[in-house]
Amino acid sequence: MDLSVRLGSLHLSNPLIAASGCFGYGLEYADVVDLASLGAVAVKGLFLTAREGHPPPRIVETPAGMLNAIGLQGIGIRRFLSEKLPELRARGAVVIVNICGSTLEEYVELARILDGEPGVAALELNISCPNIKEGGITFGCNLGATSAVVGAVRRATRLPIIPKLTPNVADISAFARAAEDAGADAVSLVNTFLAMAIDVETRRPLLSNVMGGLSGPAIRPIAVRMVYECARKVKIPVIGIGGIATARDVLEFLIAGATAVQVGTASFVDPFIWPKLLDGLRDYMDRHRLARLADVIGSLRLGRPDNDGPTDCCA
Amino acid sequence: MTVDDAAVVRTNTRLSGDFSVLALDARAIAGRAEPGQFVMVKTSPGVTPLLRRPYSLFEILRDARGTPTGFSLLVKRVGVGSQLLYDASPGHVFPCLGPLGRPFVLAAAPARAWMVAGGVGLAPFAALAEACRARGIRPTLFYGARTAAELFCLDLFERAGADIVLATEDGSRGATGRVTVPLEQALAGAGAHPPLTLYACGPEAMLKQVAALAGRHGCASQVSMERLMGCGVGGCYSCVVRVRGAGGESRYDRVCLDGPVFRGEDVVWD
Repeated sequence: MDLSVRLGSLHLSNPLIAASGCFGYGLEYADVVDLASLGAVAVKGLFLTAREGHPPPRIVETPAGMLNAIGLQGIGIRRFLSEKLPELRARGAVVIVNICGSTLEEYVELARILDGEPGVAALELNISCPNIKEGGITFGCNLGATSAVVGAVRRATRLPIIPKLTPNVADISAFARAAEDAGADAVSLVNTFLAMAIDVETRRPLLSNVMGGLSGPAIRPIAVRMVYECARKVKIPVIGIGGIATARDVLEFLIAGATAVQVGTASFVDPFIWPKLLDGLRDYMDRHRLARLADVIGSLRLGRPDNDGPTDCCA
Repeated sequence: MTVDDAAVVRTNTRLSGDFSVLALDARAIAGRAEPGQFVMVKTSPGVTPLLRRPYSLFEILRDARGTPTGFSLLVKRVGVGSQLLYDASPGHVFPCLGPLGRPFVLAAAPARAWMVAGGVGLAPFAALAEACRARGIRPTLFYGARTAAELFCLDLFERAGADIVLATEDGSRGATGRVTVPLEQALAGAGAHPPLTLYACGPEAMLKQVAALAGRHGCASQVSMERLMGCGVGGCYSCVVRVRGAGGESRYDRVCLDGPVFRGEDVVWD
């Protein structure tokens, strides 16, 4: 069985990517998962310099999901390169480095530093974090700024670049198009939905940052719709993200048009999820007599159904 | 090594309308567990609640030959997840991820170990008391609650040979007021030998005060911190606590990886 997929020039042994912000720097999970068995690992978002992040509480659970406002706590790119990347390489991980900047120049500088760095497979541009004021989402909510940052990074590196898009816009597919036109190799979507929760007894927000990003199964149907819309509008691969917790959910995104997927919140719940997802994909391929998983990408069937009623009772 | 153990409820002993001791068979975790460590419990197979919940290992349960076979959790009913644990029946399976986090550090005998528990902060101490006894250290438990009816499991600590000092806020048993009142009195006459360590778990204001008392009386303190957690293994950076590093700089450490047990003097208190 062939589970491999292609993101432009990047070849992944399977479509499962650990989502940035949900997997530390990967090494936190080396004890529970063979990092080389994942399609890729998208490490926690990195700025040029270390960042402290927001005060706690940084997380709150909501129906079928959670809000987070971590604030991109991180060790900065230099410490990542010296302390984390060598071990990720040694463990055979395909590493996607998620980069964040407050200015366009910072994205470019990060791209230059990482260009040609052995063991870096691709750059994911974080232009969608809802939790920090400076930078990030200000690029992701404006078509001109998205275009400018993707174009500038494009000129600074030969590495595949994957802008990570925010769903907190009116038409996400316009941003996917802008990224494609500016030279992106793929787009990943969706980042979290800007959200809020309040303790009614104390009348205080449940997050120190007041607002945070909603993730988890609650957002999955919206994410599937957005991936579907984007995949129809762009020729570059789309990486689907949003509430994926089972192999069935992975397939839903692939059928909607995603070439690969990222799993985040579900690996909090079950850090041993990865081989289970792969087994589920193999089982599906077996049942549907598929030799290549890539054949399901964008295979959504529209029009009159062949029979009455749905067969997928997990939807 | 972290494992996801299908922990089977052996007994669920209700202590009150809000508290219970949930004993679980879970050999893979129990065989590796040390006092002060925790597990992440999936309280429901579905999405309500979605995330696992962190629980300190209350006791490490052993068979007649002393082989670890499971652990117990001190459960306080506060939300959806803890309600499911409080209501659980024998035979029910809860997936538990563990053992996680850094344990308490026990000194070699001769040493003194004073455990300071506030309310459900008793949660990591039955295992620690037992570990003290095994090392030939006679532990002392300072234990405070709102009222006498909320002082639980004293028999476990008596069995471990612990001296017990109680406090209740309403004065219904032991000293009146917070547990730090009798603790401070005891520290005043404690002397310097053998070396004394305070082990504390409970409300953050209590932990702060224990750390300050330890500093004032020249003894060590280890505090078990509590935070809302996403993953329990260092992936999400949700559960941070501000600490001061060796060079004096302050930073956010993860309670799940760098704790839950911290040296009292390292924590930057609010």
